[in-house]
Amino acid sequence: MTQTILFKNIDEPGLATLDVYRARGGYGDRLRKALSMPRDVLVDELKASGLRGRGGAGFSMGTKASFLPKGQMDKYLVCNADESEPGTFKDRELMQKCPHMLIEGMIIAAYAAGANRAFIYIRGEYVQQAQILEAAIEEAKAAGLLGDRLLGTDTSLSLWVHRGAGAYICGEETGLLDSLEGKRGNPRLKPPFPANQGLYQGPTLINNVETLATLPHIIEMGAENYAKIGVQNSTGTKLISISGHVQKPGNYEIELGMSSRDIIYGLAGGPGEGRSVKMWFPGGSSSPVLTGEDLDISYDFDSMAKAGTMLGSGAIIVVDDQTSVVDVALKTAQFYRHESCGKCTPCREGTNWTVKMLERIKSGEATPMDLDLMASVCENIIGHCLCVLGDAMAMPIGSMVKKFRGEFEEYIETARLQAERELLAGLDIDTDSTTITIPQAA
Amino acid sequence: MSSTGHLTGKGLQAVPRFQHGSRVPGWDDAADLTKDPAGVPDPAVVEVPADLRAEIEDFMSRYPDSRSAAIPALRAAQERHGWCSPEAVEQVACVMRLTPGYLASVAGFYDQLETRPVGHRPVYVCTNISCSLRGADNLLAELQHELAGADDVNLRGFECLGACDIAPMVSVEGVYVGPVDEAEIPELARQIRAGEDPLPAKQLIRRPCQDPGAAAPE
Repeated sequence: MTQTILFKNIDEPGLATLDVYRARGGYGDRLRKALSMPRDVLVDELKASGLRGRGGAGFSMGTKASFLPKGQMDKYLVCNADESEPGTFKDRELMQKCPHMLIEGMIIAAYAAGANRAFIYIRGEYVQQAQILEAAIEEAKAAGLLGDRLLGTDTSLSLWVHRGAGAYICGEETGLLDSLEGKRGNPRLKPPFPANQGLYQGPTLINNVETLATLPHIIEMGAENYAKIGVQNSTGTKLISISGHVQKPGNYEIELGMSSRDIIYGLAGGPGEGRSVKMWFPGGSSSPVLTGEDLDISYDFDSMAKAGTMLGSGAIIVVDDQTSVVDVALKTAQFYRHESCGKCTPCREGTNWTVKMLERIKSGEATPMDLDLMASVCENIIGHCLCVLGDAMAMPIGSMVKKFRGEFEEYIETARLQAERELLAGLDIDTDSTTITIPQAA
Repeated sequence: MSSTGHLTGKGLQAVPRFQHGSRVPGWDDAADLTKDPAGVPDPAVVEVPADLRAEIEDFMSRYPDSRSAAIPALRAAQERHGWCSPEAVEQVACVMRLTPGYLASVAGFYDQLETRPVGHRPVYVCTNISCSLRGADNLLAELQHELAGADDVNLRGFECLGACDIAPMVSVEGVYVGPVDEAEIPELARQIRAGEDPLPAKQLIRRPCQDPGAAAPE
């Protein structure tokens, strides 16, 4: 039985207000307990919980917080609420229905990191969610939960919502920082990592909404109890977003280590009657695809990595057997071409070339050699750029070509014959005659 | 040929490419070396509406470095001017003490900041994978047809809007609605034209969480 932590009572009317959230135990003993712990102890507690970042990379949250240098300087906490990975919509539900959970988590994280300024970078498309967050922050400020010497302690924290303006790349942490500094959202060279030189060149802790919202619960349950949920190296519960060809798309909270079949068929109802799972993205459109034969893999960080893919943001996109893999590949590649910031050549050109090759396949101008060319372009993107946007296209496209090569080849052949037929139909051909007259260009 | 011919990719916002495939407009044009680049506008010359100035200054006060307010400030100016017109950019530049060229480069990066004159009411149709598997390309085409001539509406296909659970979906001036059935498209288009609340029963804000654990009593 999955334990519901983050989504518990999430639909309770008025949970977005301070009063109801407080009645549910929010901003209570657990926050006082966190703020009364010495910083090192709190960071060790977060490490011991085994909590891994929920945004995509899956890095240990406590370890990340421990990287921030000690000492008196301006440090920053940034909540990454850009949530632009196709298929991901979990943070949206959390922020919309329980904004105070995120704020409470941010107070704890800021205290652990020694940060006194915090920002929530929310994607510009989330208009209603940003308004809800801003209202919640106002409430928290009025109640003395934010600002100078919050709750009567020595800790101070200012918190603002910063709305983006529509760019996938701003979900990448250094791209986000540049965007937050009022620039074009181009990723930076790493190292230095944000923990040392982030926002305004100061030490910065960046975490995903879900990661931060989990912190109050870890403090309440104790790290040891939290670590008992899930499996080794993938502790706790995870919000997953299921979409595509399933009957009940939506957000679900699962215990890590659940079987993928139980998620896709059990929770989301699977594809419709008479259809089956052809392939699925286990962690957003950037993750290499798995097929219908991989449904029994356990859904956790390590099992997914072993299967050659990744858990990513926990967004499962299901594609049924009626859909052509070429169409899905083209849609995917078009997205990354659009979102490439253009800073690194392999990504800027590689995504563009891949789209062109896939378009050639669709229009019947391709040969099977194009598949090898595409694979080689993808290989040459991976690891050659400042950030992983290019890799995020190359990996799923590469996996589709590898796993569905037969279908690609068949598609190329069918499309080529179709194009030939159309070409011939446009010519003046005497069907009774065996000779074909091709009109000469004037 | 393909059983999923509906995944056409048509109607998507074209990736802006200029001469020789460049992403920078006019990179190949000769620069007019007789002219100096536009500097920070003179506050005595540029008139900025008082409410816009106040809003931008409020944004600037939130950050240790006021430049961080560039995106919120450009958005505020766009809300008043309909798009990031040269006039809008100049006003922001005047308040923020930046050059118009810098702000134009920022505006050009972000999908929601419009660098060309468009309708001032944004309507986005998500055409990414999850939505297009459920008929988003058709939804966009139908809406384009139904909303032809509505010049105040800026209808465009958009990348993943983070609402794949209500696919296919539309964001009408920030209000998410979906899943939009084919039969509802004319009604939705009428509401968009009239500026009414779009499909109230299908708004995301009213959708309960799908997790059965969320609804369970204690």
